[in-house]
Amino acid sequence: MVRTAKRFVFVASLGPLAYLGWGAWARALGANPIETITRETGVWTLRFLLLTLAVTPLRRWTGWNDAIRFRRMLGLFAFFYGSLHLTTYVWLDQFFDGAAIIKDIYKRPFITAGATAYTLMLPLALTSTAGMIRRLGGKRWRRLHRLAYGSAVVGVVHYWWLVKADIRPPRNYAVILGGLLAIRLLAAWQKRRPAPTAAGGRS
Amino acid sequence: MLTRTASGIRSSEITDEGLYLRRREFMLAAAVPALAAAAGFSRAVTLDAAQAAPGQIPNVRKSAYTVNEERNTYGDITSYNNFYEFGTDKADPARNAKNFRVKPWTVKIDGLVNNPADYQLEDVIKPHALEERVYRLRCVEAWSMVVPWVGFPLGDLLKRVEPSPQAKFVEFTTLADRNQMPGLRSAILNWPYVEGLRLDEAMHPLTILAVGLYGRELPNQNGAPLRLVVPWKYGFKSIKSIVRIRLVDKQPTTAWVAYGPQEYGFYSNVNPQVDHPRWSQGSERRIGEFFKRKTLMFNGYADQVAGLYAGMDLRKNY
Repeated sequence: MVRTAKRFVFVASLGPLAYLGWGAWARALGANPIETITRETGVWTLRFLLLTLAVTPLRRWTGWNDAIRFRRMLGLFAFFYGSLHLTTYVWLDQFFDGAAIIKDIYKRPFITAGATAYTLMLPLALTSTAGMIRRLGGKRWRRLHRLAYGSAVVGVVHYWWLVKADIRPPRNYAVILGGLLAIRLLAAWQKRRPAPTAAGGRS
Repeated sequence: MLTRTASGIRSSEITDEGLYLRRREFMLAAAVPALAAAAGFSRAVTLDAAQAAPGQIPNVRKSAYTVNEERNTYGDITSYNNFYEFGTDKADPARNAKNFRVKPWTVKIDGLVNNPADYQLEDVIKPHALEERVYRLRCVEAWSMVVPWVGFPLGDLLKRVEPSPQAKFVEFTTLADRNQMPGLRSAILNWPYVEGLRLDEAMHPLTILAVGLYGRELPNQNGAPLRLVVPWKYGFKSIKSIVRIRLVDKQPTTAWVAYGPQEYGFYSNVNPQVDHPRWSQGSERRIGEFFKRKTLMFNGYADQVAGLYAGMDLRKNY
C-alpha cells in the first residue's frame, strides 16, 4: 500500500520537471524561457522543502505513522529541484562565468542567501541513506538534519530578497514555514514540561 | 547634438563572423537539446498573436532612428510585460488588460504651460506625423528587446503647448482606475504611477510618445493608447497609458524612487558601470537569445545623449 503510494508520489514529484521538459520542447515557456526555468525550479525547491517539513506534524496530528516513509523522498526532491535551480543559474543564466558568479554571490544578498540555502541542503542529501543514518547514529543524524529548518528559512529569505516589489508570493511561503516551525517549537516546549512517562524516539 | 546620419550600429556591436558561424557549436557542445531549445526558442514564435491584433496605423513613415538589430517578435513584445497596474507577473498584463477601455481617452496637459487643457487623444496625436522608431529597450531587470514603435517626438507636442520659462521638468501620470486595473488593489507601488524627465531630456529628439507597435495600434498591455519611450533609460521610465503631462519647476518624485530611493534614481540612465543592488547592469539577456550581451552605455545611444549629462556624476545621479 505504502509502496504503491510512494511510487505514485515519486512520479507526481517529477511532474514539474516533465512540465518544463515539455514546455522547452513545445516552446511554451514564455518569452524568457531561462527565467521561467529558473523560477519554476526555485519555487518547487521551496515547495518540496515545506512538504518535507510538513511530514512530522502531519504524522503527529493524524497518527498516520507511515507518513514518515515519504519524508526522505520529498527531501531528496527538494534537493533535486534545488540542484536543477543551481544548474540553471550556473549554466543557462551565467554560462559558467566563474568570475560573474563569484561576484554575484558576493554582491547580491539574494544570491548569497540562495547559495547558503543550497549548501545547507548538501550534507542532508549526502547523509540520506540508511547506511549513513546507521553510521552517524540516530541522535547525531537527527541533529544534523535540523539544518533543513535553516535551509528553508534562508531559502524563503532568498525568494523575498529577489522580488522587485510584489512580496506577496514569498510572504505566503514565509507564513507556511513560520507555521511549520511554530508547531515544532510548541512540541519542544510541551516535551520539556515534566511528563509522566518519557516516551523516547519521537522526533 | 544629434547626428541623423548615425544608423545606431557600431562596429563593436557586430559579432565577428567566424564567431557567429561557430555559435551553434557552443550551443551543441554545452546544452542539453531540450534546454537549448527552450533557451533559443522565442525567435521562432510565429506572429499568431497578430491575427487578433489591433488595427494597422496608416501613413507611418520610416525613420532614421532605427537600430540595425534583429527585432523581437510581436508575440514576445506583447506577452512579456511589466505593467503592474495589471499584475506583477510578466504574463498578467496581456491577460488582464484585454478589456481595458482606451477610447475615449483624455490627456490633461497642465502646470507651467501657456496652453493647459484636457486634450482628447485625437487632438494630441493628429497634428504630428507618425514615424516608426526601432529602439532598443533595456529593462532594469537585465533583459532587453528591440521594438519597432510608432510615435512622434514628445518635444513637438511640448512645443505646441508652450512650456513657460520656469518649467524645468515634465511629470507624467498613468491612469489609476480600480475598476479596470486589478493590480491597483494591492499597494505594491504608490498609485498612480508617476514618472518624470528633465525638460531637455523630454525635448530630446529620441524621446517619443508612442501610439503603436509593428505598425499597429498599441496593444493594451504595452501601454495603450499613449506611452512614453525614452530608449536610453531603463524601461520603467517609459511610462504607459498616460493621462496627465504636467510641466513643473521641481524634480518630480517618481513611483520607483518613492518605493526605494536607495535602489532607484530619478535619471535611471542605462549604465553598465552602476549596478542595481539586485541585478548586475553590466550585461543583459536579449529576449530570444541564449548568451548574454554586454550592456552599452546609455543603451547604445551615448553618441546622441551623453551631452545631456556632461559634468554630472552618474554614480550619484543614477
